Amino acid sequence: MKPAPFDYRRPEQVDSAVEVLGTLGSGAKVLAGGQSLIPLVSMRLAHPSALVDINRLRELDYVRVDGDVVRIGALARHARVLADPAAGAAQPLLRQALRLVAHATIRNRGTTVGSIVHADPAGEMTAVLALLGGSLRVRSSRGERNVTAGELFLGPLESDVRDDELAVEAALPVLPPSSGTAFVEVSRRAGDYAVCGVAAFVRLKDDGAVAAARCAYLSVAPTPLVLELTDQAADPRAAGEAARAQVQPEADLHASADYRRALAGVLTERALTQALAAARASGAAAA
Amino acid sequence: MSELIDVVLTVNGVPRPLSIPARRLLSDCLRHDLRLTGTHVGCEHGVCGACTVLVDGLPMRSCLLLAVSVEGNDITTVEGLAEPDGALSAVQQAFRDCHGLQCGFCTPGFLTTVTAGLRDNPDPDEQQARDMIGGNLCRCTGYQNIVRAVLRAAELAR
Ligand SMILES: Cc1cc2nc3c(=O)[nH]c(=O)nc-3n(C[C@H](O)[C@H](O)[C@H](O)COP(=O)(O)OP(=O)(O)OC[C@H]3O[C@@H](n4cnc5c(N)ncnc54)[C@H](O)[C@@H]3O)c2cc1C
Ligand code: FES
Ligand code: FES
Repeated sequence: MKPAPFDYRRPEQVDSAVEVLGTLGSGAKVLAGGQSLIPLVSMRLAHPSALVDINRLRELDYVRVDGDVVRIGALARHARVLADPAAGAAQPLLRQALRLVAHATIRNRGTTVGSIVHADPAGEMTAVLALLGGSLRVRSSRGERNVTAGELFLGPLESDVRDDELAVEAALPVLPPSSGTAFVEVSRRAGDYAVCGVAAFVRLKDDGAVAAARCAYLSVAPTPLVLELTDQAADPRAAGEAARAQVQPEADLHASADYRRALAGVLTERALTQALAAARASGAAAA
Repeated sequence: MSELIDVVLTVNGVPRPLSIPARRLLSDCLRHDLRLTGTHVGCEHGVCGACTVLVDGLPMRSCLLLAVSVEGNDITTVEGLAEPDGALSAVQQAFRDCHGLQCGFCTPGFLTTVTAGLRDNPDPDEQQARDMIGGNLCRCTGYQNIVRAVLRAAELAR
């Protein structure tokens, strides 16, 4: 199918993009990589009255590590973020997650910030933002605001970014000392959206005991689900059992609810085992 | 709303002035407006890879790009892969030698993807060759000969 007609704008500067969004009113949408939006528009599941193409906003094409925060501009493509050595070293979960986002060809165009705004409960980067407690900076003609991961995800494909707002940057904390992360998932084919996926974060105390542990889940809830597993994490199998008991996935074309629940348990165990090992290695390297 | 926009697209090195609506997908623009029908359209939502073209050297789905959005970029389609004298590129030659195609519907997407893939990794092992084509579907060959063609193309290019 082909997209229905829409008004098209291609601003060259962030300021003019924000101004254009302010004048177009509701029904306008930002076009970033288009790797989610164009299929929706082509299948006529989305009917934007106007698209504001941000692919010329070079000022937003950046990834940088700024003290204890990794900052990702709205025009940074997944491929670029995945290949950034400084960001990868500062927050290993970025690479662990991005290599699972679609295929390389899609990552060449799709943006990391776009996938966060898109708020797909099967999207790896939504889980990363939720797990690490990151945030999104959005701008409109009314000013600028910071939306935390906790406030951002309202429902499936629904985030708290309004029609006149441009998301300009995602911010993620760098990995603290004596900590580790992991991302594991199961999908039907490499590059497909995950049937279930788990991102894990573990921080250890000086004596090697678990100081904090939590996991974020793909495709088991309408918004990225984060479970607090600090008390169970020292025994990943027990943590997996705890996760299995807590998730309430739904069945769809790709998997039954029971299969998803079983996966949530198994993948929690695997992710925590890997994250614990990474945290111990980071603690040992520091000592 | 559906007014025409004047753009100049650079396709296979040639500037092509066009007057097109914003909603024109790059895949349709190449095939219908420019009559470059080598780029094939299978699923039209990013899944099959048949429509893959190179944008500034990087493989992208032409069915997921608005033509007006890639003004100023260098677009290479399957028609642009052969040598200037018409000789097949190493990748094309390898697909021919290894029977890497049957009906040929998926082939343009494989050729563009592998051309870029071998530029990034000129010496892939078999697993890397499989990963390189992981985003492209072929309903005929069973992939074995395509994997062979990727490895053969790497050999030819050396
Ligand atoms: C075959 C295929 C497989 C895929 N598999 C996966 C996968 O496994 N995991 C995964 O996470 N993703 C997957 N994707 C989606 C991909 O990651 C997209 O790149 C991503 O979801 C959206 O980013 P985009 O830049 O393409 O955004 P677009 O498609 O341009 O936009 C998506 C939505 O976000 C809004 N938006 C985007 N940027 C901004 C901004 N800066 N400010 C305000 N609003 C904005 C748009 O208005 C739109 O509503 C897949 C896509 C395809 C085609
Ligand atoms: S036609 Fe574009 S990916 Fe299938
Ligand atoms: S050769 Fe027929 S689909 Fe690949």
